[in-house]
Amino acid sequence: MPDFTLRVNGSERKVSVSPETPLLWVLRDTLQLTGTKFGCGAGLCGACTVHLEGVAVRSCSTPVSQVAGKNITTIEGLSPNGLHALQQAWIAEQVPQCGYCQTGQIMAAAALLAKVPQPSDEQITKTMTGNLCRCGTYDRIRRAIHRAAGGGQ
Amino acid sequence: MSPLSRREFVTMGVAAGAGLVIGFYLPHGSSAGSGAFAPNAYLKIAPDGKITVVVARSEMGQGVRTSLPMILAEELEANWKDIVVEQAGASTLFGDQTTGGSASVRTTWDPMRKAGAAAREMLISAAAIKWGVPRASCQAQNSFVVHAASNRRLSYGELAKSASALPVPTDPPLKQAKDYQIVGKSLPRIDTPSKVQGTAEFGIDFHVPGMKYAVLARCPVIGGRVASFDDKESRKISGVGYVGKIGDAAVAVVADSVWGAMEGRRVLNIQWDEGPNKDLTSASIYDALKKSAGGKGATLYSAGDVSKASGRRIQAAYQLPFMAHAAMEPGNCTADFRGSSCELWAPTQVPQDVRDAVAQATGLAADQVKVNVTLMGGGFGRRLEHDYGVEAALVSKAANVPVKVIWTREDDMRNSTYRPASYHLLSATLDGAGWPLAFSHRIVSPSISAQKGSPGDGGIDPDLKDEASLIYSFPNSSVEYVDTTTPVPLGWMRSVYALQAAFASESFIDELAAAAGKNPLDYRLHLLAKDEDIKYFDTVWHTARMRGALQLAAEKAGWGKPLAAGHYQGIACFGCFNSYMAEVVEISMENDQPRVHRVVAAVDCGQVVNPNILEQQIQGGVIFALTNALRGQITIDKGRVAQGNFDDYAPIRMNEAPAVEAYFVPSTEAPTGVGEPPVPPLAPALCNAIFAATKKRIRALPILT
Repeated sequence: MPDFTLRVNGSERKVSVSPETPLLWVLRDTLQLTGTKFGCGAGLCGACTVHLEGVAVRSCSTPVSQVAGKNITTIEGLSPNGLHALQQAWIAEQVPQCGYCQTGQIMAAAALLAKVPQPSDEQITKTMTGNLCRCGTYDRIRRAIHRAAGGGQ
Repeated sequence: MSPLSRREFVTMGVAAGAGLVIGFYLPHGSSAGSGAFAPNAYLKIAPDGKITVVVARSEMGQGVRTSLPMILAEELEANWKDIVVEQAGASTLFGDQTTGGSASVRTTWDPMRKAGAAAREMLISAAAIKWGVPRASCQAQNSFVVHAASNRRLSYGELAKSASALPVPTDPPLKQAKDYQIVGKSLPRIDTPSKVQGTAEFGIDFHVPGMKYAVLARCPVIGGRVASFDDKESRKISGVGYVGKIGDAAVAVVADSVWGAMEGRRVLNIQWDEGPNKDLTSASIYDALKKSAGGKGATLYSAGDVSKASGRRIQAAYQLPFMAHAAMEPGNCTADFRGSSCELWAPTQVPQDVRDAVAQATGLAADQVKVNVTLMGGGFGRRLEHDYGVEAALVSKAANVPVKVIWTREDDMRNSTYRPASYHLLSATLDGAGWPLAFSHRIVSPSISAQKGSPGDGGIDPDLKDEASLIYSFPNSSVEYVDTTTPVPLGWMRSVYALQAAFASESFIDELAAAAGKNPLDYRLHLLAKDEDIKYFDTVWHTARMRGALQLAAEKAGWGKPLAAGHYQGIACFGCFNSYMAEVVEISMENDQPRVHRVVAAVDCGQVVNPNILEQQIQGGVIFALTNALRGQITIDKGRVAQGNFDDYAPIRMNEAPAVEAYFVPSTEAPTGVGEPPVPPLAPALCNAIFAATKKRIRALPILT
């Protein structure tokens, strides 16, 4: 099997997998970065969201061959100590219930804030509608994004 | 073990819980080791002061890893910061560990309080003996025992060893609600930091050294079997190892990676024997339900004689589809079968059932099977089934290697268990003023427990006993159940039959209010005006508590006050899982479709342990129910489930999510359920709002087709 060199959370990682393997499974099974979740396998739910060169992508639908040499950030590398402004806001607003989708939600929100530091309700809705939550935490996700953006509630 | 209904599991839990008051106390020192104090199976206090609370329910998002320790910590007079939580696997120490029926707080309230109180009393005694002072002069507070008169104090850690030598009180005094310092507070959840950092370990994240991955090809037709299969192409996929039949209806593909297993399955060539259901359709299922409606019914409730009332007669029929749980974490389980033992890491609501079912399927004894309980990415009742665990154990046994079985989203949608489809006949007789003289509800639905081999007494599915109650003062009323059968696999889904019963009866109450020309809130309040106890089997409902929840929701929603232009409200109330719930839904209509702006929910669930978690459960239940109401439909075509992923079974997303406000009636009654009660009132309240907006009555779900 071919080798691919990935730049994950600032480190070079060499993996030996078939080229069409979705990045999701390389992260989870090969590199044991299990904070990125499998939800639908079809780019429909956003649980697998990671950053590719700073842009939010669905790792379940991104073949590893397309990301060789590019910068990939997962929830584990979002901040050095797990205390990104969004992670702190998520704790302050007590967002997660089951928590399964929340790492993908945070990665989607982080990509939004990097581009739009103080998003409006409409901008939040537009971005975050790509991420499903079956526990129905949408109200609190919105509040947490505003909080992290410095807008309080 | 014979399959039992979820209700029976829960009832067993209550009974076992009562026995456990004495039974759970371990002999002194049996698990104490290294100077720790472990007066019972729920609690260990280490000499360094660390207090470990064992949680014998599964965490699926409902907050038990926080709320249950809060109950114990309250009675223990512990400093909350000293608490660490340990998850119990399948055990024999805790009675029934089933997590379902909105029962975790309800059934552990007494054992957890008594466990904490017994330890507190022992710690106080240990300090009093050490100081040579009367017990009554000592006080427990904040993980210390204090002797105020001499200004001395000893920490729980310092007292752990001497407390271990004392007898365990069997009936320790319990605190008064007015003295609570932990229960009733919105303490942050213990599991939140790990869930935002990606370190929380769900079942699907578990890793055993040397583990392989498996997916199974399951017959797409309900009840079909594997006729033959050819794995030649599968074996060409790099990393694919074992390929073989598991049971009659599935073929497992085991590989070095999840992706390899999926690719191996994709090219697997299987001939299916489609079996007797290959022509089954949703239309034929609904026809069968309607045909059964005239059959003999079992009585769930009867007061007076509905046939004797005379006046204006109103009738309506309601219909609901099959629905899927679709938890975010797809089905999975990890198993390591080793000939004479099997260990599992299972995201499950039923660790003991998984243990027993795996033992039976693999030929082991129950005590040779160890079930560890992981976090769950949602349960909603789907993980009350033991199928994930049994599959993983059988694949591990067949492939002779530790295996993680993963279901894809399509597997989970198409080979699941489903909320039963149902059909409802309602009729009422109104007097000259429009008030009901008689009200009857006939529920036609296949029985979940009967399909699983445990038909209830008198042909009544045991879950219906608490999930079809009419908490109104009708002079004459009747609720009947007509059992039918279906080959579609059935399961318990959040609120179980209460969703169907509430949709039909609370929509119909609205029809009666409209027929009487009365305000829907006033109409309900009139039917709740008299303080009455209404008994359904073992549950006694109080109209006063239903009235309180209804009035609170109406008041907070501003019922009857002017709304924004084009906005309309609908209201509904329902009692289930011993709780009383009312909801007001505010909508506008856009392109003939409802847009839900705001939902105000109020509950009377007795003593609230953690208001933050209660609010989460209400927000979650409402959004879950909104998916059910708008689009949550599983249809059957040619014996197959037609839906596959989140495109054709599309849950509510942020762009459709209303603001949800949660309120509770302050109470010091024993806590009741909160996981499921927010679900049932939503669909009728929404459809009642649609009627207010359009005068169009919706009598079948989903609303959007």
